[in-house]
This record gives sequence, C-alpha cells and structure tokens, in this order.
Amino acid sequence: MNSTITAEPRLSTYEKIRLTRSAHRATASDYIRHLFTDFTELHGDRRFGDDPAIVAGLAHLFDMPVTVIGIEKGKDAYGRMNRHFGFVGPEGYRKALRLAKEAEKFSRPVIFLVDTQGASCGKSAEERGIGEAIAENLFELGTVRTPTLSLMIGEGGSGGALALAVADEVWMLENAYYSVIAPESCASILFKDPARAPEVSDYLKLTAHDLYSMEVVERIVEEPESFAEGELLDTFMDKLASDLYGKLTHLSHEDTDRLLAARYEKYRKIGRYPIYGAAAKKRRGWFL
Amino acid sequence: MSEHAPTIAAIRNSKKRIPCSKCKQEVAESELAASYYLCPHCGAYCRIPARIRAELLTDTDTFTELFGEDVVGDPIDFPTYPEKVAAAKEKSGENEAVLCGKAKICGYDTCLFIMNPDFMLGSMGTVVGDRIAALFEYATARNLPVIGYTVSGGARMQEGVLSLMQMAKVSMALKRHSDAGLFYLSCLTDPTMGGLTASFAMLGDVIIAEPGAQIGFAGKRVIEQNTGETLPPDFQSAEFQLKTGFLDSIVERKDQRNYLSRMLAFHDKY
Repeated sequence: MNSTITAEPRLSTYEKIRLTRSAHRATASDYIRHLFTDFTELHGDRRFGDDPAIVAGLAHLFDMPVTVIGIEKGKDAYGRMNRHFGFVGPEGYRKALRLAKEAEKFSRPVIFLVDTQGASCGKSAEERGIGEAIAENLFELGTVRTPTLSLMIGEGGSGGALALAVADEVWMLENAYYSVIAPESCASILFKDPARAPEVSDYLKLTAHDLYSMEVVERIVEEPESFAEGELLDTFMDKLASDLYGKLTHLSHEDTDRLLAARYEKYRKIGRYPIYGAAAKKRRGWFL
Repeated sequence: MSEHAPTIAAIRNSKKRIPCSKCKQEVAESELAASYYLCPHCGAYCRIPARIRAELLTDTDTFTELFGEDVVGDPIDFPTYPEKVAAAKEKSGENEAVLCGKAKICGYDTCLFIMNPDFMLGSMGTVVGDRIAALFEYATARNLPVIGYTVSGGARMQEGVLSLMQMAKVSMALKRHSDAGLFYLSCLTDPTMGGLTASFAMLGDVIIAEPGAQIGFAGKRVIEQNTGETLPPDFQSAEFQLKTGFLDSIVERKDQRNYLSRMLAFHDKY
C-alpha cells in the first residue's frame, strides 16, 4: 500500500467533526480552483433539473483532461442556502452519474469531491426517488470503465457520500469523517440525547485513521495548518494535484478489466468474515 | 438452520397469541399462519418470520439454505452491540437478519433472500451484506434468477461505516448478475427504509411491494423535524411509490407465489 500515515490524530473525534463543518474550511469550489485549470461547468441531470449542491464539469489536471464532480456546501450564509447546504438531491446524483458516464465514453478519469452531511431529506426528494438515485449510482459506478478517485474533503454523511465514493481509490483528508449515521442522530437513538454526540462519535470509528486501518480508504491526506488563501494552502494544493496526477496516470495505464476487478474486490472484501474479526484487529492494530 | 427457528408446522400447533402490529388486538399465531399473516381483525399485513415466508413461497421441501453459518462479529467494538445481537438471536431463532437459499417456485429454480423483521428490524450489517453478495455471485455462476424480499430499517449503525459499505458491495455483485443477463425481482415489505432503499431494494428488474408497506429513504418523522413540512398520510406508502413511479406493481400476499412464478416464466432462458 502506497499510503503514508501522516500524523497522530491531533484532535478529538468530535473536534474533527466540528472542524469539517467550520466556515474556514476549503469547499469543493476551492479545490477545483486550485487543483485544475480550464474548469468548465456542466449542468443538469437531463431528467428534471440542476442540483446546485453538485458542481461538476471538465477540467485539466496539468495536461490531463478530467471530469470533476464535487459536492459544494457554499461558504457564507447566502451561498450555503443557494447550495442547499450540500444536501444533494436526486437530480444531483443523476447529474453526477450522467457526467461519469460521459467521462467513461471519452476515457477520461473522474475525480469526486465529497463533502456532505447526507443526501437531501425532504418531501420532494422522496417523491423524486432519492433512494433510487443513490442506488443507481452504486450500481453503475462500480463498472464505469475509466479510472475513478474519490477525495473526501470534509463531511462524509452516509449514503449521500457513498453515492460518490464507489471508486478505484478513496482518499480522505486527515480531519474528514465518513460515517453510516450522523453522531447526533446515533446519540438520539442510543441515549435519546443528541448532546452525547461527542462520546458516540468515538464509538462509530469514523475518522480517516479508523477508516484507513479498516481498509475502507487508501490514503490519508495531510492537511495544511490553515485553509486560508496563502502559501500554506498553495503548497498543500500543489502537492495534492501532483499526487492525484501520479495516481490517475498510474490507473490510466492499467488494463480496464483488471481495474474493474480490483474495484470489485476492494468492496467485496469489506466485512467478509473472518477478515474483520478479532484476529484481524490484533494483527493490524485497530487504532493508530 | 438454528435450533428453534420457527417452521409452519410448529406454528400451526402453537398456542401462542401475539398482538397485531397495527390494531394491537391479540391473534393466535396458528390463525395468522393459516391466513398469510393477515390480521383477522383489521386485515393489516403482519410481519412474517423469514423462514415462514420461504415456506409460503416455495415448492414443498425445495428450499435449501445457503451461507447460513453463524459468524459472530462486533467489528468496531460498539458498546452493547453483542448484547443486542444475543437478544435478537433469542427473539428470532435466527443467527442474522437475512435468510438466503435456493428453491423451486412452481418448478422454476431460483435463488432467494428474505430479510428477517425479528432480527434487529432487518438492519444490514456486514454479515447481511456478505450473505446477499455471496448469493448474487452464486446465482451468477449458476445462471439463476434472484428473488429478494426486503424488510429493514436500513444500515446497522452498530457496525459503523462497514455497514454502509455493504450497500456498495451488494449493488456491485448485483451489477455483475445483471450484466450476465440474469433476472432479479425485489419485493419490498414493511418497512423498507434508508440504506436498503438506496441500494438493492430499488435495483430490481421488476420491483413489487406489499400493500401498505412503508418504503422510503429518510424516515417520516425525521423529514417533518428537519423541514417542518406536513406530510400526507399516504407518504412513503407502497401506493405512494407506485404513483410516483418507483414500483412496478403492488401484489397481495396470497397472489405473490403465482406472480413470482409468472415472472420467472417470462424471464426463463431455456
């Protein structure tokens, strides 16, 4: 495995979750601006509408044409409202799938930027089949015949995040989280008390280091001290861009059938007993 | 098969009385078994233990269980999880929330998975995902169709993100089955929610549901709390899903065996 574990966890689990929700963190649009050139946005799901929570289009990563599909939460109060706070609806997932299929047709790698508390929760999302839209992505993205890489930059909320994270590689920012349920909801169910979320967030094993040790993600990406515009952010983004370029170049040279077989096997082995039993825990050291 | 898993024969002689999940009136279990688990007082569809459903749907003595090994796991050391699993085993007589196997339905060979409402409300953890994915691989290798009965509150939070990954794993195994030109029918029963709706429940070539079943992604109460919207009474019912275009048909329990055999005949390759 080519990953480096960059640092001991410096913050408590819940501090990390709070950090991913902070307004000072870079959002998908910041990554797109820094990592790529010539970004050209493409809109709409060709079915019903255009979901502002997904920003997607074509761009160059150095000299490599790529398709970028990101969940955008918005920055200030107004922007967040316009972006639906990053709650992706059925149109968003269908737009993502449409563009991933377009990328497949032209053998262009796909980069997903994942940052959402979860899929859209509401009457209209249900009426237009939010469940079916996520299901369709899981079904199709597993066999998209082009390299795919998912970068989890902040919040990884359940099925809403997974729908853009079935990929050859899943990388996670050091302080990002990825969970089956929001710790607040889990605390409500377990203790009827959402205020116990900090405690519950430790139970859920949702940090980048947890997920790396469970082989759910392939790489942990070290974060800059600050995401404010400046030298630190530039250095971080430059390194990330060349790491992405290196990995996608490598994946592009793989035989496509072998790529798909490896993608399948990666998910297939998660939870295949007894790999994840007590023995495995002892062998690898569950916590870092 | 677990020692005390229920069978129709045992239930026919059972003296136990259980309350209907809807009208709460007590019904003799033997009476329920004789009427497809429809409440004789209010007509509600009561939840059926997986093994009983398998007996009701398949030709006599043709059901063979697959992947039923009891694999214990508490993969993320979640507090109170082992106790919850032990209680669910005791309650259901089963070792996990899904029963997989192969059988004949009116002479047609098919693979079958049936989720179990009595085991942590059919929640999907790693073992459930593993069994269903294995069943799809088994069916793909043998050119068999798959019929799946879902009942689930969603992914099992006590196994954390590993439960979430099962949605991807099963969907990918299903894709291979589908790409091999094989037929998958899913029947959604009450309730089919969350991670199930967002994966293999909604991926059938044909998708049917039982009358009145609750089917959706986010729970009704959660939506009302989060959005302040008032939801219509039929929201997320099978009838609502049929109207919005996500179901092929609603099929009554007594007609399901015939419906399945007709569907298997339509999709029979030989």
